[in-house]
Amino acid sequence: MATETLIWLIPLPPVLAFFLIVLFTNKNKALSHSVAIGAAFLSWLGSMIVFVRAIGVEHLGKQPFASSINWLPTGDTWLKIGVLIDPLSAAVLFFVAWTVLMIFIYSVGYHNYGQPAGDHDQAGLPPHGATAHGHTVPSIEPMYSRFFAFIGLFAFGMYTLVVSDNLLTLFVGWEIMGLCSYLLIGFWYGKPSARNAAVKAFMTTRIGDVFMLLGISFLYYATGTLTYREIFTEETLHVLSSVPSGVFGLSAAGLIAVLLFIGTIGKSAQFPLHVWLPDAMEGPTPVSAMIHAATMVSAGVYAVIRMFPLLSAGWHEGAALTPAMTFVAFIGAFTAIFAATIAVAQNDIKRVLAYSTISQLGFMIAAIGMGAYVAAVFHLITHAFFKALLFLGSGSVIHGMEHGVLHTGNHKVDPQDMFNMGGLRKKMPVTFWTFLIGGFALSGFPLVTAGFWSKDEILADAFTNGHLTIFITLAIAAFMTAFYTMRQITLTFLGEARTKEAEHAQENKWTMTAPLVVLSVFAIGYGWVGIPEHFPLLGGLVPNWFHEFVGGTLAELPPVLAFNWIPLLTSLVVALGGLSLGWFVYKDIKSPAEDKFQIPLLKNKYYFDEAYEYLFIKPLTWFSEVFVSKWMDKGVIDSILHIFGPAAAGIGSTIRNYFDVPVVNQFFGDGSADVTYWIGKNLRPIQTGRIQQYLILSIVVLSVVGGLVYFFLLAA
Amino acid sequence: MDFLNTHLLSLILFVPTISALVMLFLPSGETKLLRWFAFCASLIPFVLTLVLWSNFDPNKTGFQFQEIYPWYEALHSSLHLGVDGISVSMVLLTTLLTPLAILASFSVTDRVKPYMMLFLFLETGMLGVFMSLDLLVFFVFWEIGLVPMYFLINQWGSANKDYASLKFMIYTMGGSLGLLLGIQMLGVLFGTYDLVTLYERWNSLNAGSILLGMPVHTVKTIAFWAFTIAFAIKVPIWPFHTWLPDAHTEAPTAGSMLLAGVLLKLGAYGFLRLVLPFYPLEAKIFAGALAFLAVAAIVFGAFAAYGQTDFKRLVAYSSINHMGFVVLGIAAAAAAVGTADARIAMNGAVLQMFNHGLSAAGMFFLVGVIYERTHTRNLEEFGGLFPLVPVYGGILIFMSMASLGLPGLNGFVSEFMVVRGAFPVLKIYTAISMIGLLFTGAYILKGIAKVLHGPMNELWAHGEHKLTEINTREILVVVPLMILILVIGIWPMWILEVINKAVVALF
Repeated sequence: MATETLIWLIPLPPVLAFFLIVLFTNKNKALSHSVAIGAAFLSWLGSMIVFVRAIGVEHLGKQPFASSINWLPTGDTWLKIGVLIDPLSAAVLFFVAWTVLMIFIYSVGYHNYGQPAGDHDQAGLPPHGATAHGHTVPSIEPMYSRFFAFIGLFAFGMYTLVVSDNLLTLFVGWEIMGLCSYLLIGFWYGKPSARNAAVKAFMTTRIGDVFMLLGISFLYYATGTLTYREIFTEETLHVLSSVPSGVFGLSAAGLIAVLLFIGTIGKSAQFPLHVWLPDAMEGPTPVSAMIHAATMVSAGVYAVIRMFPLLSAGWHEGAALTPAMTFVAFIGAFTAIFAATIAVAQNDIKRVLAYSTISQLGFMIAAIGMGAYVAAVFHLITHAFFKALLFLGSGSVIHGMEHGVLHTGNHKVDPQDMFNMGGLRKKMPVTFWTFLIGGFALSGFPLVTAGFWSKDEILADAFTNGHLTIFITLAIAAFMTAFYTMRQITLTFLGEARTKEAEHAQENKWTMTAPLVVLSVFAIGYGWVGIPEHFPLLGGLVPNWFHEFVGGTLAELPPVLAFNWIPLLTSLVVALGGLSLGWFVYKDIKSPAEDKFQIPLLKNKYYFDEAYEYLFIKPLTWFSEVFVSKWMDKGVIDSILHIFGPAAAGIGSTIRNYFDVPVVNQFFGDGSADVTYWIGKNLRPIQTGRIQQYLILSIVVLSVVGGLVYFFLLAA
Repeated sequence: MDFLNTHLLSLILFVPTISALVMLFLPSGETKLLRWFAFCASLIPFVLTLVLWSNFDPNKTGFQFQEIYPWYEALHSSLHLGVDGISVSMVLLTTLLTPLAILASFSVTDRVKPYMMLFLFLETGMLGVFMSLDLLVFFVFWEIGLVPMYFLINQWGSANKDYASLKFMIYTMGGSLGLLLGIQMLGVLFGTYDLVTLYERWNSLNAGSILLGMPVHTVKTIAFWAFTIAFAIKVPIWPFHTWLPDAHTEAPTAGSMLLAGVLLKLGAYGFLRLVLPFYPLEAKIFAGALAFLAVAAIVFGAFAAYGQTDFKRLVAYSSINHMGFVVLGIAAAAAAVGTADARIAMNGAVLQMFNHGLSAAGMFFLVGVIYERTHTRNLEEFGGLFPLVPVYGGILIFMSMASLGLPGLNGFVSEFMVVRGAFPVLKIYTAISMIGLLFTGAYILKGIAKVLHGPMNELWAHGEHKLTEINTREILVVVPLMILILVIGIWPMWILEVINKAVVALF
């Protein structure tokens, strides 16, 4: 099959699976998951074929696989949509295909396939367990089929976004994922917390989306196209970067890039729109959590990386950053450190990961903001692998803990609170070792983990190009990352079990552990494709394939960084220092009371939720319910309308009393008056209330006024 | 076949009326017969419209399938029918929604005969507006459409129906006074009401000449506003919108479907057919004002929708919000007339009319489905109904997402085109309208959250109040809408081609 045709087909199987499950197979759980996994496998297969063909093409950046069709007639021209596989999308497609397939397989086990239906389970609430042979055992998710339909639709959105050659279909995929994240966060919609979290996620990201829509409109207007390859021509970029936009001193290119970037702030949960992501952990953990945290949020970073030529229009390597780039770099670096501080004080195993995701995305955003294109992509991909691994691992832990909870029957124990765990390494060895790999990759454990290579590259880039503030900020954030990661590992897996439930935790089925093993291979191995050329000893052993390949997306290959010891030593110190400190502090801690980092300000996430509630949600609700609905519509506007009634009544009675009665009745006799009286009497019953009467009369006023206007103004 | 081809429009237009008259002779007690008769009768225009659509040639400029019959000879007015790309899509919308509305009304048991007859009369009234190429006939149909709707609300409505129906009737009629005067003025000036002739002769008026004792410009300005206010009330544009929530809330379900689905489009259609062609200069001058009102409708409409506790009122306000985008597109087209931006905006506006017709009709229907079962529209009294009615819930979420403008469904395409077209011309207004777009999300999600999600209200789970799932007939009403919503969202070309050609020819 021609590669282009194949690319068109990649997103389709999951969406077909969605429709199949929703319309036909939803009663049959086995059939539903088979359809979904089969579809995910087909997409994975297509992606791998495309990926292999893509890496075989020399200068793929110059001659990508592309194909497009007319979609929307716009006057005399067309808006085209199409697909494109260039080095960037090929690299992203690779990790998307793997992580998506792993989620699908993992979900089978996580939702207790093969277990009996629950005794009191209800659609919309998490399963509570079933009684079998006198024991309480986990029960299958009542909405099992629906879950697979949703993640199918989600996969469609993600694939569409990746293979798009234009911003419009990127936005389509983007929003479809937004819908899926809404549906999945609110999967257990019977819980008010899940319902609210779903709405919060949708609305917060939508704030970014409307800015993005403006940016897309602006770009479309300014260039007449939304296709990347037509926008990223030297000519177009030059024009865009030299036209001032009139806003904040940005060029047109800068303003468009910033507008699009605000979409990313929402989607990738960057400050100040980060508030939705931790709450998104309400979804069935960790599968959907992972969808939002490891895959969907990557879409935001992908979009800003995609728009890099626009963002950096007018900038060249080594020069001072453009205002738009500075803004992006600032948001990224600030978010990286800001979220890391919150992560330190969280006790929920998933929330720690959620904040760590926000922080790591900040690293990527900061990297792209300072022009470190390849480093940003590299970290995007390695992070996707090890964060997916960590989320699935945390789900495995929770699932194992839930087993313990069912065993003891004490439902007051929160299976997600890390202080209820401890010593799980013995109970859940596969989960432990894979989680350890993921955690070390996240911390940037030197040399062996993928996270080290990608994070080091960002730090090196920041240092070498003289962005010292960013460098220091990110280094501190990296230190905290290692610290809270080790805190998490220590509290969860090391030491002794702190509760009975943890003692009875159990390792999960292969459908859950196999994906962990696959992902941990990438969490280690993917780093080796991007080892810098000048790295001591290791550099040059394996060619820096990643730099050559992904860098080729840009018009000019980014220069290779000169080696410097300072960032490397910094990387080593922060990673190893953070890990040791985390272990040292938490190895003997038994309860949250002993934890010195449970600072209220951090624990309450700097009170952002509360602040937003008082600053935006409450005033806007008041504005809607009271100001607009009551005061403006029912008050002012309707009152003005109701004035017409009495006014008309006044005119009517004046005419009656001062014209009809004296003139008509007495002058023309009572005959006509009788007729009028008869008509009036018969009309009266339909006038049941005052307002109606007023309104009837208002037409009289309107006709009189209209007549006057006509005769005195128009006919004069 | 020849007869069919030469009389296609008049057939589509009058088959409903003739059927309604035939219904007079059917026995009043046979409700089943009456329902099916009305339904089948309304399918005939739909099938004929499909014939019309397939024979319509988008590449031809001007009006097609024209028919002229002498009417008011003395006034030089004739029954002149014809369609172009814009009106043919509106005709399709009308003939599609009417059978669905009638099918949705199969649960009505009170005075079925007059009820069904009114719907058929209503269809003729609405179609007449879209097909007329004669101003006087246009006005006649414009007013005819009001009468059946008045009675539908007044006789089959809920608690506050008297107030709502009268407000609807008086307000619209009050607005059309100016329209009538404006039409009269044109008729007196040119000695004809024929639109095609008027289009040709109107713009040949010299700017400097004196008309009715005033400079042409002043006359045109007054007439422009007379037309604009009439259509603005119908659309409705802020601040002329307060009749709409009242009318919708009280109207029977099928009445709301047609009110939101088609009647509101009459106003927007008036802008396209009369205001922009006749007053391009004035429209350009006042485009800012129009855009201001449109944005006010978008923003306040969204806020007001969010502020409601009555499900149907929420949906009614959403219509104001969505129709605001139509007017924004019209304003942009007026401001940038002749440019590519104007055409994109105009394409978006017309498509938005069509799309809103589908999604609003669907939303009102779904509200009706649940109202029929629970006899309440109060959002606070629902909650957690999803497990009880999974199919209904899925359909409601789908329709809500269409209304929200989710990419991949129809609303997004048209809203995107409007925003794209309006952005370069009316930057600030477009930017402000984004607040409305944001809050569209808020009220849509509020609806879903209050009805389907959250802890289940046990009242509806057991006993006499047990909520029953949406039935087959109801699914049949909503499925055609869903299919079209999805098809237009994915592949809008089939309808946009038709609209686009007409837009390019006109503007």
